Amino acid sequence: MAVETEAEEGGLVFHPLDQFIVKPLFGDGEIHWYTITNVTFWMALTILCVAGLFALGTRGRAIVPSRMQSVAELAYGFVYKMVEDVSGREGLKYFPYIFTLFLFIVFANFLGLIPTSFATTSHIAVTAVLALSVFLTVTILGFVLNGTKFLGLFWVSSAPLALRPVLAIIELISYFVRPVSHSIRLGGNIMAGHAVIKVFAGFAAIATVAPLSVIAIAAIYGLEVLVAFIQAYVFTILTCVYLKDALHPSH
Amino acid sequence: MEGDIANMGQFIGAGLAGIGSGAAAIGVGHVAGNFLAGALRNPSAAASQTATLFIGIAFAEALGIFSFLVALLLMFAV
Amino acid sequence: MALETTARAGIEPQVLQPIPVQVEGNNAEIEPTGEVAADLGVEAGAHGDGPVTAEVGYDAIDAHGGAEAAGMPQLDFSTFPNQIFWLLVTLFAIYFVVSRIAMPRIGAVLAERQGTVTNDLASAEELKLRAQEAEAAYDKALADARAEANRIADETRASIQADLDAELARADEQIGAKTAESEAAIAEIRAGAMDSVRDVATDTAKAIVAAFGATADDAAIAAAVDQRVKG
Repeated sequence: MAVETEAEEGGLVFHPLDQFIVKPLFGDGEIHWYTITNVTFWMALTILCVAGLFALGTRGRAIVPSRMQSVAELAYGFVYKMVEDVSGREGLKYFPYIFTLFLFIVFANFLGLIPTSFATTSHIAVTAVLALSVFLTVTILGFVLNGTKFLGLFWVSSAPLALRPVLAIIELISYFVRPVSHSIRLGGNIMAGHAVIKVFAGFAAIATVAPLSVIAIAAIYGLEVLVAFIQAYVFTILTCVYLKDALHPSH
Repeated sequence: MEGDIANMGQFIGAGLAGIGSGAAAIGVGHVAGNFLAGALRNPSAAASQTATLFIGIAFAEALGIFSFLVALLLMFAV
Repeated sequence: MALETTARAGIEPQVLQPIPVQVEGNNAEIEPTGEVAADLGVEAGAHGDGPVTAEVGYDAIDAHGGAEAAGMPQLDFSTFPNQIFWLLVTLFAIYFVVSRIAMPRIGAVLAERQGTVTNDLASAEELKLRAQEAEAAYDKALADARAEANRIADETRASIQADLDAELARADEQIGAKTAESEAAIAEIRAGAMDSVRDVATDTAKAIVAAFGATADDAAIAAAVDQRVKG
């Protein structure tokens, strides 16, 4: 915890990672798998937001939509078009799963941006489960739908014959790196943004730097709002890309 | 003193890994800049390629995040 | 950092809670609280060869790190089952909301809107056609009306002309009658005048003959007067 070394200006203490600590909400016992923690709380808020948007927003089922209904329809149309464009019409069968992933990530990211909140998507455990579920689903789906032809994904038939084994190894490695990069990209981005904001907040303890620090926090916050959406978008679109590979394995 | 040297190594390593973030920034800028150059030449094709742009940025960004992660691991976890 | 790991291993997380309070202090000022303090003491002793202050800083900070259970909260594997469990619960809940509520409703609304828009477009097209028909009918009616008006005007003109002709004919007839009457009257008057002239001439001739002292036959006088008047 060398980061916490005190600066000579007096009492500058950085705890950039303290915000990610998983704590029980009631009492402070050991954390079992069923313990109600801040993770539970913020994920429950995510569910509430999604349910609020889609259950309350579309309650009217109006032809001319209300504000909330148009937001819900916008999100629906956005992901629907993404799935259709990237993975083709066959991919639309898996639209609910992808939409679920997108909604969870986008709401968890934005809820994590509320000051003093807990960003669930900054945890590698969460993003790894998301990415692994995508990876396993896509791999199993590829083999179920295409049989051994799915292996054609690794055998680049357009390349010269001598190069193909080398390319196959590279493709294989890149295939298995997918869940790693998929999960770390999301978790790392969110964690990095929050940690950077926290470090800037630590500088605010020095009176002379404080205004600059506040401005910097505002700027980084703006960037993080963008990142929160872009990462959800990227996670979703990469899921679509992987799904396309499973549906049409030929290059 | 042994701990000092080990810690120093961690700090230096973390700092070196931090350079990777800058490299990723160059990569992201390259992707976005080239996209803009292409989009200005052929604006009609730009809209259909934004998804590719974001995928490219995400891939470049991910590697920078890896280096950031290495820095964090060196600082906190090793 | 292997040393703290051993220190951490012996410490229960609950016991570690009070430690961060002591981080600011010097080693000498750390209150020994149970086994934690004992462990810290052992660590400090193990490093005894270095400068004391530096050792104190490390150990105090390391103890604080131990309180957070691991360097990065993300790599604290003891919380993984908890996070994964609640994540799965969340994902299933969101999937439920999406598949049971969002998709049917929004799908229905979008389909309905599509239908409404298509219907509206069709009815707009129909209305346009109807408007064109109405315009054509209006034009036709206008043309008809104009033709009718012309016809009526012609008819009226014709009937007026007929009336006028009839009046003219009658007037002509009346004028003819009047003229004939007048001519008859004139002829009568002229005839009367002739008779008067003959009578006057005969009387005059008789008187003249008598004045000359001769007697003349009445018949000869009448014949001579007739001959003269005719001549």
